[in-house]
Amino acid sequence: MGNEAIILFIILGLVLVGGAFAMSYLVSPKNVTPLKEETYECGIETMGSSWIQFKVGYYLFAMLFLIFDVETIFIVPWAVVMKKVGLVAFIEILIFFLILGLGLLYAWKKRALRWE
Amino acid sequence: MEESGYFDFSPIVNNIHESLAASFSPGWAMAIAWALIGITLILFAALSVIILVYVERKVAAFFQVRLGPMRVGPWGLLQTVADFIKLLMKEHITSRNADKFLFNLAPFIIVTAAFLGLGAIPFALGLHIFDINIGLFYITAVSSVGVLGILLGGWAGNNKYSLIGALRSGAQIVSYELSITLSLLAVVVLAGSLQLSEIIASQENGWWIFKGHISAWIAFVIFMIAGTAETNRGPFDLAEAESELTAGFHTEYSGIKFAMFFLAEYLSLFIIASVGATVFFGGWLPFHIGTWQAFNHIMDYIPPIVWFFGKVAGIIGIIMWFKWTFPRLRIDQLLILEWKYLLPINLFNLILVSFIALMGWYF
Repeated sequence: MGNEAIILFIILGLVLVGGAFAMSYLVSPKNVTPLKEETYECGIETMGSSWIQFKVGYYLFAMLFLIFDVETIFIVPWAVVMKKVGLVAFIEILIFFLILGLGLLYAWKKRALRWE
Repeated sequence: MEESGYFDFSPIVNNIHESLAASFSPGWAMAIAWALIGITLILFAALSVIILVYVERKVAAFFQVRLGPMRVGPWGLLQTVADFIKLLMKEHITSRNADKFLFNLAPFIIVTAAFLGLGAIPFALGLHIFDINIGLFYITAVSSVGVLGILLGGWAGNNKYSLIGALRSGAQIVSYELSITLSLLAVVVLAGSLQLSEIIASQENGWWIFKGHISAWIAFVIFMIAGTAETNRGPFDLAEAESELTAGFHTEYSGIKFAMFFLAEYLSLFIIASVGATVFFGGWLPFHIGTWQAFNHIMDYIPPIVWFFGKVAGIIGIIMWFKWTFPRLRIDQLLILEWKYLLPINLFNLILVSFIALMGWYF
């Protein structure tokens, strides 16, 4: 199949989940009480909202990932043609990894990789 | 590859296509072909998840010297079916404080992402729904969409446990995705293609795990670690750590919505295992030893689809083994393992593998 298969897979996912929800809606009991709608907090009363400012460490790693993921995308085409291009590609990837490594080292020294 | 004596599915597939084209107009033929593929894929997904959940529980039980599910059906075989029916008949509960739209959207995203990955897997010769030239890249790309579902589901529930679980899972999955891509690229350098069928064809005379020397082994070990983390399993299951976060990112989900998260989790486990089997172990290719003609011929008699599922089962077995061998990591240990160990090792491994490819030190 050609690239239209992607559409098929998306439809499949939506149909499966939608179908399961619909089927469940037909057979499940509907008896909602205010207590059931409480946010679960191990039985004690719910204290406030969870939509608060959260530890920045998680976002820091997400940002680091963004940088490295973009660089991974540059490595992908290189990996495909590496054998054909030969020595030039090897030297170029050494330079590229040097820069990439320096970036990682910088993040390391700046303590971005520390969990505090 | 055509001259090889393996059992080929493509005549069957072509037959179905031709008979459809003969009896319907082109539009209808395509619609029916889509429907057939869709139904097969959904049934396959449901069946494989049901089997995987059963196997998971049995493996867990055997590791703890228990018997596991034994009551429903012979050896508890129908336990998962019963569980699914139970989940189907549960009441839909959405918490009052939750963001209802995003809360219900999350299962759709996570299952769709899993299906996108499942379609691109080569199950056997000629049994490959979606074979694009960037297959490996495509699978790694779409499997990372699933993290959106986890983040959305965890956040939308407005629950402290699910928020912590979702953020942990976000940091974990995005980090280990780098490792998984880079470790697969080590083989791509040797194979010279991202197309899964070509990667398999390049292993005709030996799997990359044997041909790729030490660098393929390093890549495989990193792939296994990162793959376990990617699927939120084993020692890396701190996104749904039962003992700390009740159920992690899906704490607020119940009934069928919870079942959808479960489905996606096991589907992604299957996808990761089959990518590993395809890239490192030759996909559906049988095991051959050099010039041992007799041995190779015996191996050829086992159909490719059995080889494929055997390899996938082996890798899934290792991942399940991990879960009961190592204690759960802390979030800082997890991130240190990725950023200070796996990523630098991966970069060095890529240099090593490109050096090997440059010198022609592979078969």
